[in-house]
Amino acid sequence: MIKFSKQQLKTPELMRPVYLVTVGMSPFARAFPETRTEELCVEAFTEAAKFIGMTPAELKKYIHTCYYGHFADHFGDQLLGEAVIHDRLGLDPLGNIGVKTGGATGGSTIWEAVKTVASGYSDCVLAMGWERMDEVPTDEGNHLISCAADKDWETPLGHIYTGYYAVMAQKYWQVFGKQEDSFRRTLAEISVKHHGYARFNPFAQAPMKITVDDVLKSPIVAHPLRVLDCCLMSVGAACAIICDEKTAYELTKNPLLIYCTAGSHSLRPACRRDMDIPLLPNETPEQYKNLDKEFPGGERYPGFTGFLAARMASYYAYNQCGIKDPTEDLDVVELHDAFTISDVQTYEDVGIRPYGYGRAYVESGDCYHTNPKTGKPGKLPSNLSGGLIGCMHAVGATGIMQVAEIGYHLWNRWAEIHGDQKRWDRYGRSKPKDWTDLQVAGARRAMAISHAGVGSHVTATVLMHPDAKLR
Amino acid sequence: MNKYGTIKVIENRYKIDGVHHFMDPNMPIRRADGKLCGVTNPRSMNYIHSYGGEAVFFENLSQGRLFGSKCENPDCEFKGTVYMPFRIHCPDCLGKNTVYDLTETAKKSSKVHTFMITERTGAFNTLKKPIKFINVEFEGVSTILMGYLSVGEPEIGMRVVPIFRKKNPTYTITDLSWVPEGTSDSKLPEGFSF
Repeated sequence: MIKFSKQQLKTPELMRPVYLVTVGMSPFARAFPETRTEELCVEAFTEAAKFIGMTPAELKKYIHTCYYGHFADHFGDQLLGEAVIHDRLGLDPLGNIGVKTGGATGGSTIWEAVKTVASGYSDCVLAMGWERMDEVPTDEGNHLISCAADKDWETPLGHIYTGYYAVMAQKYWQVFGKQEDSFRRTLAEISVKHHGYARFNPFAQAPMKITVDDVLKSPIVAHPLRVLDCCLMSVGAACAIICDEKTAYELTKNPLLIYCTAGSHSLRPACRRDMDIPLLPNETPEQYKNLDKEFPGGERYPGFTGFLAARMASYYAYNQCGIKDPTEDLDVVELHDAFTISDVQTYEDVGIRPYGYGRAYVESGDCYHTNPKTGKPGKLPSNLSGGLIGCMHAVGATGIMQVAEIGYHLWNRWAEIHGDQKRWDRYGRSKPKDWTDLQVAGARRAMAISHAGVGSHVTATVLMHPDAKLR
Repeated sequence: MNKYGTIKVIENRYKIDGVHHFMDPNMPIRRADGKLCGVTNPRSMNYIHSYGGEAVFFENLSQGRLFGSKCENPDCEFKGTVYMPFRIHCPDCLGKNTVYDLTETAKKSSKVHTFMITERTGAFNTLKKPIKFINVEFEGVSTILMGYLSVGEPEIGMRVVPIFRKKNPTYTITDLSWVPEGTSDSKLPEGFSF
């Protein structure tokens, strides 16, 4: 849809406030050769119950409907895996449904759960996501992922999804990055940051202490993207419990307001007519009038340099929950860093920086927990979990993991969850001697962006303390 | 030699002959100490897929023709929009597009919008590595087509022309490739011609 009608730009409204009550996750890894998917889901659910001082059986009594995010049936060779998990969680005969929107599956699962509570259909909903990406070797996995492109037009071209991002990376690098080495180093810095933050996260799959040069010397996957520019292929589960106000306060003293919106776009970049850039509340039409002169080649929208779906999800979200400027109004974000380049593209789509200037978010130090340039807290820290590059991309769970991670900050319980020595021991992972508490002090509002391949689906989930709501 | 049987369409139904799936015995997966962890499930199967209204595009690649489509619905707000990749229906009015021959347009106006080069592929790749993906823009066409360059090194803005696998076509998108403008016949990959 390229020319919007008034109806299509309606601000999505919730018929009653919706709350996030608790979250839980399994650890994430490239493979769990001795663990069935249901064991990972039970682990995530048990963690969610424990987080609010309940047993799983006690928490289950409140659940009325279940949404299950699981993207790639063909990886696990198990059709209707949702029914298997629902049965093993002992939640039959409650109604449940599977959600499937590529890399945004986790975010879309939250989207459905929020709407179900907002409508009054249910007072308490389970949103559970998982992915099983270890049941085939990596090259077959790459083929299976590439089947998310159009199988007649794009999949046969290499059977490698990274390639479909690399063409975007190349365009962005040449147009907005002006082919500067400094821009390439900025991309690498994102990988260093995310692998580095993953070191303090016991759930994370790829903790690494690396340098920009390590990233730039890592093997090429699809030029200009290298191995360390790319997200992980993961196994794991994550869940969230979403409730109406009355149930939320029965379950916990500290529920968080939750909002979730979604956008979409063709799974072929630039496969629609040109259009004007839909503006966010912190943008003006004038600021993009000379975009093609500032950045020759950057005039096409939607093009290869951004994700229209992310722009639409944030457009709906900001208007729904009253955000005027994400950098001012939010305290912490988790963005969908499928690749270092798509992380930068997303800064622009969600209005953290204007189109063409995404790199400044990294280069200013604003995106860090502690700004390396000033030693003061970063203005809007991003991906303190390690993101998809350092923590995980167990597709159906990813968007829920992101919401869990920003939730821990708003609950001021990040250190309790990530610093617990017993958890590190239980997961068989070594807590680093320089483990650092990444709690964002005083965090009251946060956002998570969940994104599917080349921006076909994107969701924006916003969490707020009830006393910090904006409208 | 294709070990799978044949599929034909007779009176609007598939007529399936021969064997279309194969399997081998499964194997246990064990830990180094011998403990059973799981099993393998080896098998291969054939998929049957209809091109539907796009069949005209894939059929004509082997004839050296590049067919896009165009909305000619007089009631469509965006009448006249031309699409490549081929769209069976106009995404605005959902009327049926007409087939629109873009062969000459492609020969005269195709340019590389963006590109990438990869040595890595997923399983089942049939293209020669490194693969040089190019996204091609055409004059008068509202969308951009993904393809691959068979000769030379890609650059943004570079003029390219289509080549077609006329000999032993696969009837897939890989029958269409691109070369820099001015490339001679002798440099084209086997089976391809202008």
